[in-house]
Amino acid sequence: MMSRMPLHDPKAESLPREELEQLQIERLQSTLNRGYRNVAFYRAAFDARRVNLEQVRDLGSLRRIPFTTNEDLHRSYPYDMLAVPLRDILRIHFTPGPAGYSIVVGHTRNDLRTWTECTARLIAAAGITDQDVVQIALDYSLFAGGFGFQQGAEEIGASVIPASLTASVAKQIAIMRDFKTTALISTPGHALRIAAGLDEMGIHPEQLHLKLGIFGGERWSEATRLRIQERLRIVATDTYGLTEILGPGVAGECHVHGGLHINEDHFIAEVIDPGTLEPVECGREGELVLTTITKEGFPLIRYRTGDITSLDSAPCPCGRTFVRMSRVAGRTDDLIVFRGVGFFPSQIEDILLEVEGTSPHYQILLDRTDGTDTVEVRVEVSDAIPSLDELKSLEAYQTRITQRIKTALDVDAKVTFAEPRSLRHIVDSKQRVVDRRQQ
Amino acid sequence: MLRVLNLESGYGALRVLKGVSLHVGPGEAVAIIGANGAGKTTLLKTIAGILRPKAGVVVFDGRKIGNTPAEKVVSLGCSLVPEGRHVFSTLTVRENLILGAYSRRRGGRGAAGAAARLDEVYQLFDVLRQRAGQPAGTLSGGEQQMLAIGRALMSNPRLLMMDEPSLGVAPLIVKRIYRTIADLQRKGLTILVVEQNAHAALAMADRAYVIETGQIVLEGTSRQLRDNPQVQRAYLGKDYRSIDEGKDDEPDAPARPQG
Repeated sequence: MMSRMPLHDPKAESLPREELEQLQIERLQSTLNRGYRNVAFYRAAFDARRVNLEQVRDLGSLRRIPFTTNEDLHRSYPYDMLAVPLRDILRIHFTPGPAGYSIVVGHTRNDLRTWTECTARLIAAAGITDQDVVQIALDYSLFAGGFGFQQGAEEIGASVIPASLTASVAKQIAIMRDFKTTALISTPGHALRIAAGLDEMGIHPEQLHLKLGIFGGERWSEATRLRIQERLRIVATDTYGLTEILGPGVAGECHVHGGLHINEDHFIAEVIDPGTLEPVECGREGELVLTTITKEGFPLIRYRTGDITSLDSAPCPCGRTFVRMSRVAGRTDDLIVFRGVGFFPSQIEDILLEVEGTSPHYQILLDRTDGTDTVEVRVEVSDAIPSLDELKSLEAYQTRITQRIKTALDVDAKVTFAEPRSLRHIVDSKQRVVDRRQQ
Repeated sequence: MLRVLNLESGYGALRVLKGVSLHVGPGEAVAIIGANGAGKTTLLKTIAGILRPKAGVVVFDGRKIGNTPAEKVVSLGCSLVPEGRHVFSTLTVRENLILGAYSRRRGGRGAAGAAARLDEVYQLFDVLRQRAGQPAGTLSGGEQQMLAIGRALMSNPRLLMMDEPSLGVAPLIVKRIYRTIADLQRKGLTILVVEQNAHAALAMADRAYVIETGQIVLEGTSRQLRDNPQVQRAYLGKDYRSIDEGKDDEPDAPARPQG
C-alpha cells in the first residue's frame, strides 16, 4: 500500500463535520434560492410540489425537494437549465445519456475553477505530484473527462500529456515509453487494452516509468483493479464523476482505497431506494442522488445519477472528513432482476475473483425455458487459474462457484466454461450481460 | 466564531429575513452585499441583540445569543457600528469614545484600561486625537464614521460588525476606512461588514454573501463574487447590454445605463 498522500486543500478536505454541515446548509439554501429565481424548471417543479424553500432548515429537509432526472435535462435541451445568461457561460459540454438523450451542460468562470480544484484534490489523493508526467488517455471532445483531469493535473503542477483517445494503443505505449509517463489517466478498459498491447509489443511494464493510474468513466470491479495493477505494475485508483454534475472531480479514492471521498463542500450526496425513492440508511446500497451547492451555471438539485452505491460516514485514516461512496456497483438500468432477486454483474465478478484467485473473464446469459427464467454464467478457462490445482478438477471448481453464487445472491446459476481467450474481448456491460428473456 | 442558522427576523408583522444562514470564522473578514432593503441592517441588528429573532439560531463563540440583550452581546465581545454612525453630537469626541468603554469586556478594569484603549483608538485614527475636545457634531461624515468605529473598539470586541461604513462618506475616506478595517483584521479582529456598494467590501473581505429580499442567493470567496457576472452587473456597476437576459419575462427591458 502506498504511503499517505498530502491533501491538496487540507483546510477544506478535513473540515470538522459540524463546520462542513454549516457550509453545506448555507450553500444549499443559496443554491435553492438561486435555482428558484433563475431556472424556470425548478420554479415550476417546486411550485407544483408546494415546496417552501424557507422550510429547508437542515440537510434532512432536502428530501422534500423534488428530484431532477436525466429526462428533465433532456427536455431542457439545450439551454433551459442554465441559471445564468448564456454569455456568462465559458464552456459547454455535452453528454449523450441513456435512451438517446442529449444533455448540454454549461460552466461559468467560477464553475471551471471549482472543477479544477475538485479534480486536483483527487489527483493529489491518488499520489500524483508536480514531479509526475501524467498521460491522459481520455477523449477530449464534447465529453468532459479529458478536460477535467487536464485542468486538475496542471493545477497540481504535473507535466500533462493530452494523449487523448486519438492515439492508437501502440502510439499510446510509444508516448508512455518515450515521454517517461509516470501516471496514466484513462478508462479501466483502455488500461487493459494498453496492457494487452504491451504483451503484443513484447514490452515488460517494468521497462516503463509508470507507477500510478487513475481510472474512471466506466464501471469496473475490484477484480479489474487487481488485473490492472498486476499487468501494468501500478497502483490503480478509482474516481467518480459525471458530465451532468461536473465531469471528473465529484469523488475519488485516497491511498486507503476504502471508498471514494465525495467533495462534500461542493456536492451533497444522498442514496435512495430507486423503487420507493426514499433515502436509505447510511451504508445501504441504492441510487446516488447529488445536489450541486456551488455551481453557478448549471446547478443540479437532487439529480438522480442512476449509479448504485452506498455511503460510508466512518472516519477515514487519511484525515479527510468527506463521506466515502463505495465503488459504483452498477447502474439502476444494469440491475439484473432474476426471479424477483436483484443482483449486479459486478457481484458475479467478485465471486469469480474470490473462487478463482485471479481476475476472471466471464459472461452472463439470461434466458427463459418453458416460462422459467434461467441464468448461465460462462467463465473463461485458463491454465493460469491458481486455485485449479488445489481443487483438482474443473467439476469441483464449477460446484464451488455455483455454491458461492447461491449463498451470496440466492440465485441458482448454471456455471459453464468457455475456451481460453474466447471472452477476453468483453469490456462493457452490453456484451457482458445477454438477456434473451424478452425475445 | 459566529454561526447563524435559518435566521428569521423583522419588524412587527413584517418579515425581513427569511431563513438566513451564514458563518464567520475566527480572524476572517466577511462581507454581506445586497441592495437597499434586502435585509442587511436587519441581519446585523438581530445578531447584535437589538432585534429579537422570530426563528433561527445565532451562535457566538459556541454560545447561543439569539435572545441575549444588546448590552450583553457587546460584553461578550461582539460590537456593532451602526449605519449612520449615531454619534452623540453634543458630546466631545473623547466623551463619545469613553461611552464605548462602558461595557468593556476585557483588558484592565476602570480608568486605566479605558485610557489604554483610548490610546489605541487614537493611534488608529490620529484625527480623533486631534479633535478629542471638539463636539462630535462638528466632525465631517468620514470623521464621524471613524469615531463610530473607534467607539465600538473601546469595548475591546473580538467580532466587529459594521453597517454600511462607506455610506455618505467621500470616496477617499472610504479607502481610508477600509484600510483601517483591513489593519484591524490583520491584528486578529474578526470582521462582519454589510455594504450596498460592493467594491470596497469585496476588496477587503475574505468571503462574502449576497442577500436579496431576505435570502442568501450567493456565497463564495470575494474573488469568486468579483468574477461572478451577475454580481458585477448588480453590485459592481459594470455595464452590460442585456442581449439574452430576461428575454421572456421582460421583452422591453431597457439596457442598463452606462457607468
